[in-house]
Amino acid sequence: MSKEKIKISEALYDIMPSDYQDLVKSATYGKEDRGWKDIGNNKELIEQHSLCAGCPESMAFRYILASLPNPEDTVMVGSTGCTSLVFPMVAVHNIHSLFGNQNAIASGLKRALSVRFPDRTKDVVVLAGDGATVDIGLDMTLQAWFRQEKFTTICFDNELYANTGGQESGLMQKGFVAKMAPVGKLFDKVRLPEIARESGCHYVVNCTVSKPSLVEKVIRNAVHIAREIGPTYLQLYTPCILEIGKNSMEGLQEMRDSEKPTERFAYKEYVSEPAKQLLAELAAKDKERKAAAKQLAGKA
Amino acid sequence: MADIHSVIGTKNKKGQTYTDTWKLMNEAPRTPSFYTGSEVIKEAVRRASCDVMIAYPITPQSEAAALIGELFAEGYIGDYFRGESEFAVMSQCAGAAFGGARVFTTTAGPGTMRAMENFPMWSGARLPIQMIVTCRGINSPLSIQPDTLEIAYLLNTGMLVWHAETAQDFFDWILKGYMVSEEPDVHLPLALCCDGFFVTHTKDVVNLTPADMCLPPYDPYRSPVPCMDMECPPVRMMRDPFVMKSNYISYATHASWQQEVWAAVERSRKHSIKWLNGLIDVENADAEIMLLASGTAVSQSREAIRLLEDEGVRCGLVKVKTLRPWPEEEIREATKNAKHIFVPEFNVTGWLAKELKATIPNHERVHAGPRVAGGMTMPPEIIVNEIKTTLGLKKSFVMAGRGS
Ligand SMILES: Cc1ncc(C[n+]2csc(CCOP(=O)(O)OP(=O)(O)O)c2C)c(N)n1
Ligand code: SF4
Repeated sequence: MSKEKIKISEALYDIMPSDYQDLVKSATYGKEDRGWKDIGNNKELIEQHSLCAGCPESMAFRYILASLPNPEDTVMVGSTGCTSLVFPMVAVHNIHSLFGNQNAIASGLKRALSVRFPDRTKDVVVLAGDGATVDIGLDMTLQAWFRQEKFTTICFDNELYANTGGQESGLMQKGFVAKMAPVGKLFDKVRLPEIARESGCHYVVNCTVSKPSLVEKVIRNAVHIAREIGPTYLQLYTPCILEIGKNSMEGLQEMRDSEKPTERFAYKEYVSEPAKQLLAELAAKDKERKAAAKQLAGKA
Repeated sequence: MADIHSVIGTKNKKGQTYTDTWKLMNEAPRTPSFYTGSEVIKEAVRRASCDVMIAYPITPQSEAAALIGELFAEGYIGDYFRGESEFAVMSQCAGAAFGGARVFTTTAGPGTMRAMENFPMWSGARLPIQMIVTCRGINSPLSIQPDTLEIAYLLNTGMLVWHAETAQDFFDWILKGYMVSEEPDVHLPLALCCDGFFVTHTKDVVNLTPADMCLPPYDPYRSPVPCMDMECPPVRMMRDPFVMKSNYISYATHASWQQEVWAAVERSRKHSIKWLNGLIDVENADAEIMLLASGTAVSQSREAIRLLEDEGVRCGLVKVKTLRPWPEEEIREATKNAKHIFVPEFNVTGWLAKELKATIPNHERVHAGPRVAGGMTMPPEIIVNEIKTTLGLKKSFVMAGRGS
């Protein structure tokens, strides 16, 4: 999408909703250096949300949308769950279809976009809950990776089915008592990051969303690698404060506690060899570009 | 943005000429060819300018899906791949259609059922995907034989549902189907059904249009909903998601959208009439005894009519081509003189007879049968005997030993 396309006809300007006017005036479409620091200064690609107050998913959404390298040509695919309540307020095209079929939808979408726009970059990003990713949709998640589909899969891991009131999920910790796990969950948290690596993902990260700069980095890496090389997977801890019994203000601390070195969301990253090479090339280009920009600014 | 009018007469990557569809279907020379139904599907897809085809094997459509793979290898289709299950395949089809592609897929019986959640999603999202359903048994014990039970489930999904009788229907309707389902005032998926094996595995003479002519490409910007490719601005028109909000507006929005989907099914009527030359075909409209059928039951009925004629019993026929939209008016008109209407069906529940009864006045005229199920053939003599038994005429055929 060119930025021209979102321009509003002058005749209609005053009847457009003000948030749309803002979007056209000051959204960060088409800006190579966009990132989390734009939040609060530029029009964000996400409006209000209907998640519970203080839900870490809302933070994660903001950071992710601020970090997409190419939002003007990015389509997101969601799934049924708490995340699907947010997507209607997001200013990139997004598809909500059914529960668990997000990676299948994304496979068809990415291929259709490649057929229709062979010479353009069109990114596809999947964002779904752990139930959708590892339980009902696991076959479609894995098969998209086996087939080396070129898109990023993000799992909002809140370790349970939040939207239906906290039932057992495959990513829930062993022993956790939940609805549908009345005597405590009987098996370990499914090791999806490892499975992702073994299934052909070229970039896998397991972390929390406590640090915006970290989220920005992993999102950019994941999207660039998916675009050029193959599937990438991010598992982000976005605790369901409601179901684990925390207050609205306690989500951040919960994430900080669980990312300590011995905890289950200690930062873990896997980068395949071709992906490493690509990241190095991108870093070099970025450096060059920034140096050139600086020089230009100096001359002006 | 593809302007389909400007491409007419130009060539695609494969060297086929984009041809005005009306001319292609009605004026282009036809070559009689002796093909199986599966091969005919391939030949139709060759001419259909499909962007994406997604495949999964299940008898009796596996062969068609594999043959279309050959077309991809030859360069006739933008992309082709096998999904992991029918649920996934139909989701992949949805993704491709959301992205603005002309999409084709095929399935049968249990595959249709496994994918079922996708179909109302397709129509609700206004995705003009074409799915061939080569009907086969779905209930236990396992059967791979033709049985049209899955059509009953498709009738309420909001998809267009057509039921082809012959391979010739198939060839023409695959191409015409895209023309109807891609109309901006329709823009709905099409389930193009046939009776597996009877059509897919039987060789027949089919008149094919030239292989170097093809349909104009799909223009996704003629859709009533935005194409998900970020070529138009994302419209945040929903201040609240529809789902799971206990407020009247969301209920009303959802309800009115469902009505709009069904209104679109209705709006497809005029286009289907134009392309299919009517939603039904009628023979001997003035007869007091009528047969009403869809799919290969039509062929069996024709044969039964011939046998009855030899014995001096005159009988008429209504061939129902489109089940959605349902040809209510046409059927009422065609059956207005009938004292008895027989509905032969290849399924155990008799969904077509039920549809008919709900449509016409004096529905006690409807004799819901004969019926065969589980993949059995329906010898025309069964139809003849059913009519004679019901009307108290002397039976002329002894059926012992028949059947398969
Ligand atoms: C086929 C189907 N089965 C069940 C449901 C009910 N359902 C809706 S959301 C949900 C759980 C979602 O959990 P998760 O993917 O972890 O997302 P979260 O809500 O935790 O963000 C379930 C079971 C459904 N919508 N569709
Ligand atoms: S239920 Fe849990 S995950 Fe869902 S919005 Fe509320 S806090 Fe967040």
